[in-house]
Amino acid sequence: MEHWSPTSITDTGTQPHSVAARLARDPKVVCAGGFILFLILLAIGAPLIAPKDPLAQNLLMTTVPPVGFADAEPGFLLGTDGLGRDVLSRVIFGSRVSLTVAFVAAGLACLIGSLLGLMAGFLGNVVDALISRLVDVWMAFPPVLLSILLVALLGTGLHSVIAAIVVIDWTRFCRVVRTETMGQAQMDYVVAARTIGFSRPSILFREIFPNVVPVLIALLTLEMGIAVVVEAILSFVGLSVSSDTPTWGGMIAEGRQIVHEAWWVLAAPLAALFATVVAFNQIGDGLARSLDPVLRR
Amino acid sequence: MTAPRLSIEELSAISLRDGDRPILRRVALSVGTGEVHGLVGESGAGKSTIAKAILGIIPSQVKVTGGRIGFEGRDLLSLSAAELRAVLGRDIALVPQDPSTALNPSRRIDAQMTDGLRLKRGLAMKEARLRARALLEEVQIRDPDRVLVSYPHQLSGGMRQRVLIAAAFGLEPKLVIADEPTTALDVTVQKQILRLIRSLQERHGTSVLFVSHDLGVVAKICDRVTVLYMGKVVEQGATVEVLAAPRHAYTKALLAANPRYDRPDTGLEPTPPELIAALRAEIAAFDANAGTGPRDG
Amino acid sequence: MLLAIVVNRLAMALVTLAGVAVVVFVLLRVVPGDPVAMMISPGAGPADIAALKAHYGLDAPLLTQFWIWIKGVVTGDFGISITLHVYVTEVLASRLPATIELAVLALIVAVILGGGIAVAGTLMRRTVGEAAIDGLNSILLAVPDFIWALALVLIFAVALPVLPLTGRIDPALAQGFATKFYLAESIITFRFAVAGNIASHMAMPTLALALPLAAVIVRLLKQSLKEAMVQDYVLLARIKGFRELHLVLQEALRNAVGPTLALTGVQFTFLIGGTVIVERIFAYPGIGNLAIDAVINRDFPLIQGLVLLFGLIFILINIGVDLTVATLNPRLRHA
Repeated sequence: MEHWSPTSITDTGTQPHSVAARLARDPKVVCAGGFILFLILLAIGAPLIAPKDPLAQNLLMTTVPPVGFADAEPGFLLGTDGLGRDVLSRVIFGSRVSLTVAFVAAGLACLIGSLLGLMAGFLGNVVDALISRLVDVWMAFPPVLLSILLVALLGTGLHSVIAAIVVIDWTRFCRVVRTETMGQAQMDYVVAARTIGFSRPSILFREIFPNVVPVLIALLTLEMGIAVVVEAILSFVGLSVSSDTPTWGGMIAEGRQIVHEAWWVLAAPLAALFATVVAFNQIGDGLARSLDPVLRR
Repeated sequence: MTAPRLSIEELSAISLRDGDRPILRRVALSVGTGEVHGLVGESGAGKSTIAKAILGIIPSQVKVTGGRIGFEGRDLLSLSAAELRAVLGRDIALVPQDPSTALNPSRRIDAQMTDGLRLKRGLAMKEARLRARALLEEVQIRDPDRVLVSYPHQLSGGMRQRVLIAAAFGLEPKLVIADEPTTALDVTVQKQILRLIRSLQERHGTSVLFVSHDLGVVAKICDRVTVLYMGKVVEQGATVEVLAAPRHAYTKALLAANPRYDRPDTGLEPTPPELIAALRAEIAAFDANAGTGPRDG
Repeated sequence: MLLAIVVNRLAMALVTLAGVAVVVFVLLRVVPGDPVAMMISPGAGPADIAALKAHYGLDAPLLTQFWIWIKGVVTGDFGISITLHVYVTEVLASRLPATIELAVLALIVAVILGGGIAVAGTLMRRTVGEAAIDGLNSILLAVPDFIWALALVLIFAVALPVLPLTGRIDPALAQGFATKFYLAESIITFRFAVAGNIASHMAMPTLALALPLAAVIVRLLKQSLKEAMVQDYVLLARIKGFRELHLVLQEALRNAVGPTLALTGVQFTFLIGGTVIVERIFAYPGIGNLAIDAVINRDFPLIQGLVLLFGLIFILINIGVDLTVATLNPRLRHA
């Protein structure tokens, strides 16, 4: 990564308007941002928005196709699953788990990874060597396997899913922040700050961190997309929250089993998952592009 | 008098980015069979645009607005891409300016020399390789076998330029465009390269269009010379005559600007402002007459 | 020079693997939940549980357990699988070839697909065609193998039911194989009908794994190719009269391929990691599928063996990438 000169710092750090303005002009980012906002609203207002109770089984109305196909029932817009539950309502409620995991897990991974990365980059030497070794060993594990392993060991539940994601993906943030910090720590303005007498932690947080933040935010949004997928995989394998709470992954697992009889049970949550992941990715991409003067070409 | 090999007539071009600023103003020049013709001018005078027009590689921001480039009885400007591709390499070749970037760093010298021969002269690999070896000897490379299996980064700048010259002349083209071939080289090497080009040219009877900003270099090697200022031909004729008795003020200034080692040091004098004003007036008058000036309104 | 790189990397690899071994060993035993709990029948008393634990050596102190295991590992004995009751090495050896075939096929598909589209995009640069490729690719870059796998299920099992949904080969055809490399062996022995059957089973999992990698290749390779195409040596080759496709393949490609190769290597490790879930979705009998079962059943020896195996594969791939990059760059070779 290029060394950022003080002028490039003022370009992005103290003028947030220009970054937001640039993002607002990119149609893909605007669409993606709008979708995420819509999803957040859905998640928060799920009890009010969802047409039916997601847990209500109706064994007389199992595997009803979505509206528009033969044998559909009005009121079940996206049809029902093997136990007669309304697919649309379950998808809406599923967004709660996905978004919670996305924000909490990605946020925690970012926090822990960044702290360790800052320490490694700024303190150098032994601290850096230790942390780098740790990252290397960590990255030798296949991520999915590790997450499944952790959740299987920690027991099912939202907390273990979040813990698993944090434990696996903190290294991503650590590496980036470490590189950025090491680059920044060499720069003249840091040396100047030290000669004036600023203490190390204050330099760390007042000078270096603000310049790392933009990259971090871009990485964070990408991580949210990853977190949503990991949660889906875990609930697909049956290792996420209890089977009462509707999750997209759980619906996908069930849908996979009955795909020949009721393909919509797989298609609906898969589409929701796809849209969410793409949306997070587009935002992260747009952020990365607008912050990196080289990529902006 | 035999017909000239290359005949540029009334060639005009504008820059689409600069508000249609004229780059070439009705340039006319001709290069006869076996003639070395110098094209002299300062940076931005339009020399490389002329060369690019001949080779069909004019950048998209430049537009040819009129004129003709006659070669072998055809107008190069009117040829299709496929027809031009047939002419290039076989009848017209280029000796580029910078030997450090003109050779592919990942391909061996023999591969880069033989591919043209195989494509354009239909030689088989073995024959092409023998011919490449002979060409390297012709440009006075003492260890052709070693050079053939080398990569560009293993050769010096002078050697690389010799390879490029060998490759250009080796195709036995009718016209070679030499684009400031000595600019990127040490002064000591320059003389050798010039002599080399001259001897190759005489041996093969090739016409050469020698582009340069240095009148001193042109004096050493060119039979005739065209002096270009701001896209307009200001002087043209046999080198000996033009240098001995220059008619245009700009040519005189160019000659005076050349440091001479046989006279006491008179220092470098900046171009007199009267000259610049006079030149500008001349160009403006030409534009008004010929309609090549920037369009108003 | 190259030898030095290999030796260096292998040394670091051993250290990393050692770290991995320790982490997984400790993790399994420190965290609650043990295999014995999965195996006891209802109504078993504490004596039975204790006996089972002793049988599997789970009652000894942590360090002793580790020492016993390490001694075994160094001599090639990874213990016996608690759920399958065979040597771990045996199980791994019988399931690994399926995953290797899947991963390698996916890599080949990704490179051909990604490379082809990147070249096409370069030839179409600054046209609508390139913009379309870029737009589509940037969306597809976000899609992980998990989603691809399920989308392929919807398309090829439901909408166009032309491909089998599970397994590796028709059970009726799974005879007469000397090795477990079914696909390679059936091709080499000219049993093309069998190879076709295997390929149809592998089609969806392969695509699911290949498409994310292909998207990455398209983006990076196309960018590198476009940067190479404006270099002077390409211009000179164009002046020699070569056509655009020749310029891309003969001049630009070898200079553009370096960064893509390095990234492909890293992404290939992700691909291998992805076999865990993709094999599960398609019930493909490789080590990925095995891993999920092992974890759910808390089969410690098998889990340890699998983690070490995956770790070793990752490290070998990284070494391979380093070597390839070094050989391709003439400057590094002669340094």
